[in-house]
Amino acid sequence: MHEMSLCEGIRTVIEDQARQHAFNGVKCVRVEIGRFSGVEKDALSFAFDVVMRGSVAEGATLEMIDLPGRAMCYDCIHEVEIENRLDPCPDCGGGKLMPVGGDEMRIKDLEVL
Amino acid sequence: MSQERLIQLETDILAKNDRYAAANRAILADREILTLNFVSSPGSGKTTLLCKTIEALGDQPLAVIEGDQQTANDADRIRATGAKAVQVNTGKGCHLDGHMVGHAMEHLKLANNSMLFIENVGNLVCPAGFDLGEDAKVAILSVTEGEDKPLKYPDMFTASRMALLNKVDLAPYCDVDLDLYEENLRRVNPSIEIIRVSARTGEGMDVWLQWLRDRLAQKAKPEAAE
Ligand SMILES: Nc1nc2c(ncn2[C@@H]2O[C@H](COP(=O)(O)OP(=O)(O)O)[C@@H](O)[C@H]2O)c(=O)[nH]1
Ligand SMILES: [Mg+2]
Ligand SMILES: [Zn+2]
Repeated sequence: MHEMSLCEGIRTVIEDQARQHAFNGVKCVRVEIGRFSGVEKDALSFAFDVVMRGSVAEGATLEMIDLPGRAMCYDCIHEVEIENRLDPCPDCGGGKLMPVGGDEMRIKDLEVL
Repeated sequence: MSQERLIQLETDILAKNDRYAAANRAILADREILTLNFVSSPGSGKTTLLCKTIEALGDQPLAVIEGDQQTANDADRIRATGAKAVQVNTGKGCHLDGHMVGHAMEHLKLANNSMLFIENVGNLVCPAGFDLGEDAKVAILSVTEGEDKPLKYPDMFTASRMALLNKVDLAPYCDVDLDLYEENLRRVNPSIEIIRVSARTGEGMDVWLQWLRDRLAQKAKPEAAE
C-alpha cells in the first residue's frame, strides 16, 4: 500500500503541532487503524522509522490501536461488527454487507517532551 | 522533573489530502463540472474506454487528467481525440492525490458545465484511500482479470459507485462467467451500478453514455430565485 505517504502525512501533522505547541521531542505517537483501512501494520512501522528521521519525532515509538470493522447488512438492516471484510452477517447470515466503519486512519495523540 | 505531556489530536492521517480534495470539490460544484475518478488495475482498458467515450460524446466540452508513474503516452492518446488533457507523472507514487489534481485543474482551463475525467494510476489498492474531489469513482474491471478480483481487492469496488465490466467481446474466448463477476461486485458493494461494455465493439456504450449525461444534468445547480 502507500504506507510511506501515510507516514509523510503523520510527519506533517506532527511538525504543525510542534510549531503550535513548541515541543522538542516526541516519545510516542498513537494512531488508530481501522480493520478495513488496508494498512499493512508492519510496513507502517517500518516506514514510520524511516520517514521520521531528521524530524522532531525521530526515534519516537509508534503505537497502533485497532478499531473494529463495522458494516450495514442489506438483508436484516442491522449494523454489525465483522472481523473480515467478506464475513457473513453475524445476526442473519446474509452476505451483502456495506462497510460503514473501520477505514479509520487517525492520529489519536502524541506524547511529547 | 519531567515535562512530558499529551497532545490529544484525533486527526485523520490524510487530513491534508482531504482538505485539497474539498477545495477541488467546491470549485467543481460551483462550476457544475461532473468529475469522475477512473480506477482499475493496469491494462483493464481505462485509456481506450476514455478515448471511445470522448469520441462518442462528440462536442460535449470535457477534459482529462492522466495519472501514470511514467510517460506521457496516455495524455497523447487522449489529445489525439481532440480533447484537452494533462499528464501527471507520480514517479514512485502509487496514486494521484488531491494536491496533484488541483494543480492539473489550473492547467486545464475547464469549461463550466463540462465533464472532467481523471484516469488514476493503474492500481487496485492505493487510489481507494485518496479523495481527489470527484463526484464518483468508476471502477473498470476487464473480463480477463478473473471473477474473484472484487473479493481480493474489495476496497476499490466498495468505494466505487459504478463498475464498467470491460472487454466483454473477449468473454467467449476465455471461459468467464459474467454473472459471477456481477455477483462478486455486489457482494463487496451491494449498491454498485454495473454496465457490461466493450471499448472495442462499442457494446454497452449507449447505456454508459446515457449514465454520463444523466450525471451531468444532475450536476447543474438549481436556477437562482429571481
Ligand atoms: N478486446 C478488447 N481489448 C481492449 C478493450 N479495451 C481495451 N482493450 C485493450 O487492452 C489493452 C490495455 O488498454 P489500455 O486502455 O491501455 O488500459 P489502461 O492501462 O487501463 O489504460 C490495449 O491493448 C487495448 O487495446 C476491449 O473492450 N476489448
Ligand atoms: Mg491508461
Ligand atoms: Zn444481517
